[in-house]
Amino acid sequence: MKRLLASVSLAAMMIAATPAFAEVKQGGEMTVTFKDDLITLDPAIGYDWKNWSVIKSVFDGLMDYKPGTTELVPDLAESYEVSADGLTYTFKLRQGVTFHNGREMKAADVKYSLERTCNPATQSPGAGYYGALKGFDDFQAGKATELSGVQVVDDHTVKIELSRPDSTLLHLMALNFAFVVPKEEVEALGPDFGHKPVGTGAFKVTEWTSGQSIVLERHADYFKEGLPKLDKITFQIGQEPVVNLLRLQRGEIDIPGDGIPPAKFVEVMNDPTWKEQVIVADQLQTGYLTMNVNIKPFDNVAVRQAVNMAINKDRIAQIINNRAVPANQPLPPAMPGYDASFKGYPYDVEGAKAKLKEAGLEGGFETELYVANTDPQPRIAQAIQQDLAAIGIKANLQNLDQGNVIAAGGRKDGAPMIWSGGMAWIADFPDPSNFYTVILGCGGAVEGGWNWAWYCNEALDKRAEEANAMTNPADADKRAAAWGKIFTDLMADAPWAPIFNEKAYVIHSARIEGPEGVFADPIHIPVNYDEVYATDAQ
Amino acid sequence: MPAYLARRLVQAALILLGVAAITYLLLYMLPADPARMVAGRSAGKEQVEMVRMQLGLDRPIWEQFGSYMWKLLQGDLGRSYLQRVQVTELLGARLPASLLLMVGAIFCELVIGVTLGMIAGLRRGTAVDQTLMVVALVFISTPQFVIALSLLYVFAYWLGWFSIGGYGEFQHLVLPSLTLGLLGGGWYARVTRSSVIEVLRQDFIRTARAKGLDRWRIVLVHILPNAVLPIIAMVGIDIGYFMGSIVVVESVFGWPGIGQLTWQAIQQIDIPIIMGVTLLSACAIVLGNLLADLVAPLIDPRIKLR
Repeated sequence: MKRLLASVSLAAMMIAATPAFAEVKQGGEMTVTFKDDLITLDPAIGYDWKNWSVIKSVFDGLMDYKPGTTELVPDLAESYEVSADGLTYTFKLRQGVTFHNGREMKAADVKYSLERTCNPATQSPGAGYYGALKGFDDFQAGKATELSGVQVVDDHTVKIELSRPDSTLLHLMALNFAFVVPKEEVEALGPDFGHKPVGTGAFKVTEWTSGQSIVLERHADYFKEGLPKLDKITFQIGQEPVVNLLRLQRGEIDIPGDGIPPAKFVEVMNDPTWKEQVIVADQLQTGYLTMNVNIKPFDNVAVRQAVNMAINKDRIAQIINNRAVPANQPLPPAMPGYDASFKGYPYDVEGAKAKLKEAGLEGGFETELYVANTDPQPRIAQAIQQDLAAIGIKANLQNLDQGNVIAAGGRKDGAPMIWSGGMAWIADFPDPSNFYTVILGCGGAVEGGWNWAWYCNEALDKRAEEANAMTNPADADKRAAAWGKIFTDLMADAPWAPIFNEKAYVIHSARIEGPEGVFADPIHIPVNYDEVYATDAQ
Repeated sequence: MPAYLARRLVQAALILLGVAAITYLLLYMLPADPARMVAGRSAGKEQVEMVRMQLGLDRPIWEQFGSYMWKLLQGDLGRSYLQRVQVTELLGARLPASLLLMVGAIFCELVIGVTLGMIAGLRRGTAVDQTLMVVALVFISTPQFVIALSLLYVFAYWLGWFSIGGYGEFQHLVLPSLTLGLLGGGWYARVTRSSVIEVLRQDFIRTARAKGLDRWRIVLVHILPNAVLPIIAMVGIDIGYFMGSIVVVESVFGWPGIGQLTWQAIQQIDIPIIMGVTLLSACAIVLGNLLADLVAPLIDPRIKLR
């Protein structure tokens, strides 16, 4: 049957007048550059925007997203069932999926991988997401030797039980932290697994030269027919984005992973050949200014509202070459639940002054604004500083490296205001809950937490819990709407001033093409490595 | 001489111990919390504490430092918090590139600096002297980034004589070495010039001239060795500088040196890497100075090592 299909498609290819109708041929290679090292490709550990997408090409999870969208689809799982109470998920695994070492992937590997991520010894930054799995607390505390919520039914069936309903579970199974790893390789390699990863993914890592390059080659036995398109991807590490752009223009590389540097942006966008090669994509990102509700005078809601009204967001977007759209709510537009009809606070200097007067602070006040010290963040903070000065607020800038800003945000009386840039929230998975629990919920408003506004509204927390309990897939729209309302209602208390939603500008060589949307994928930055193909291999 | 060397080595060990202690203390005092960076955003308080325990950061600082030093003596610099790789392995992967660039850069510095300085010093007060000193000043004051990008743009992008960065072939070494060589050469030129002027005033030069020695012989045999002494001390210091402070040049040319590693580690508060790099740079500075002191008497017999 497969052979018949192939010959049919071959015939179709010969008949088709344009290559768009033809089946894309496998072959060829591409070069991607990053300034900073990928650090690790261990799926339980890798957690930055660069290694995140590469890991997705080396490993797979039970679930994944349809390319170019935020729509969940089964991946290593063939199908799944959810119990009526939403507490039990049963996944049927695909047959015949093999790791790069040739061994077949089985249900026990799924269990091992989840336990590995949840095991404190692994130090996974993603462990916290799996708190709803039954037996999680005991396993973490070392009171149990296995995670009781994950059960191997047979070689190709896994049952996951939850201690509380969590409608994000399918997303959590699509998250890198739940990707399936082979026990024997992890144990043989120990901590070096991150540089010599073995997964089931479309590509296998064949070479890792620290600080220089990482080479991925096609996994010949990959379970998805026809993927990946490329035979080889080389990541070159260590060069400035400006230089990488020159190399792109000289035809030496295909995708500069860090994108178009600010200094070159106007030049590129005015260049008739190169502007065609730029794709603009929505990101699941919001840049925001937090106001610590514990610190006077930000304990007064009128003051927080005044700050919201004082900031000229259009001007701030200009600082980053308008590679962002002004935001008025915590959720970014590409996220389910975003309320396009919500107006938020207008830019209104007089109104802001009136609000300050209402708070009895018409003379203004002095405060501190914390900001990460890498460009363009200090420039953005300066613009905010000027806007605040216009209504009488004197904000002194604290330019620190990001670790220290994060530390200040995590202290109850640490930072009155923080500009989130450089550390801003980019969703780990496309679900609105990902923008609440840690950064706006009561759970994050603790010492060392990430809720830098220290905003805690128990009524909203309760609504969030209710929304998360809507596990029936038929309720998806209702759930998204409930979440959206939580975020817009929260803006009445104005713990944040949402500033903008960044857009990704991906530039690529003409040699590399892909199906519609591949360069604007909300899950993969800069690109879904499995889907792109080389035009010179066609 | 052996006694001198032994004393210097003991001194060096003490300096390194001091550097290790101070750096460790400073990193400890930073408000930034490595355990939180490792544990990630989804982690609750208990999870952060568990990571802290795993990393051994919950112990008192003297205990942490003690065990760090104990392992250090055994040649173990620990594992990177985020990469999970042995720090020695990471440094080992970068060290050859750093050393190679160091050699290239020092060669360029010396050739450019000493040549310009000698010419300027010998032609003191002339237009040549003034022009060269202005050129040297321009080299010194132009940011590394500008020189590096300009060289790259002209010689690699435009003229295509070199590839746009990279590592592994001789041609890759030329532009980064030249960038650093121009900067350091500017300093060297100024220092060489003043010491040439100083030497020219000395009696033995007058004597040599009075003897009717050949002009080139005077310059090469009598002036150069005497004028070059302060430069040797500067090279000693540069060895340490090139070990970790040239991140800009490295990132323009994609040179996989130690600077790059350092920069990323600082952003992520990856303490084992920061410690490793600091100690390595300190070692390089100490050894560089020692080397300069050992070489000096070979050039000028008046200097005695005691």
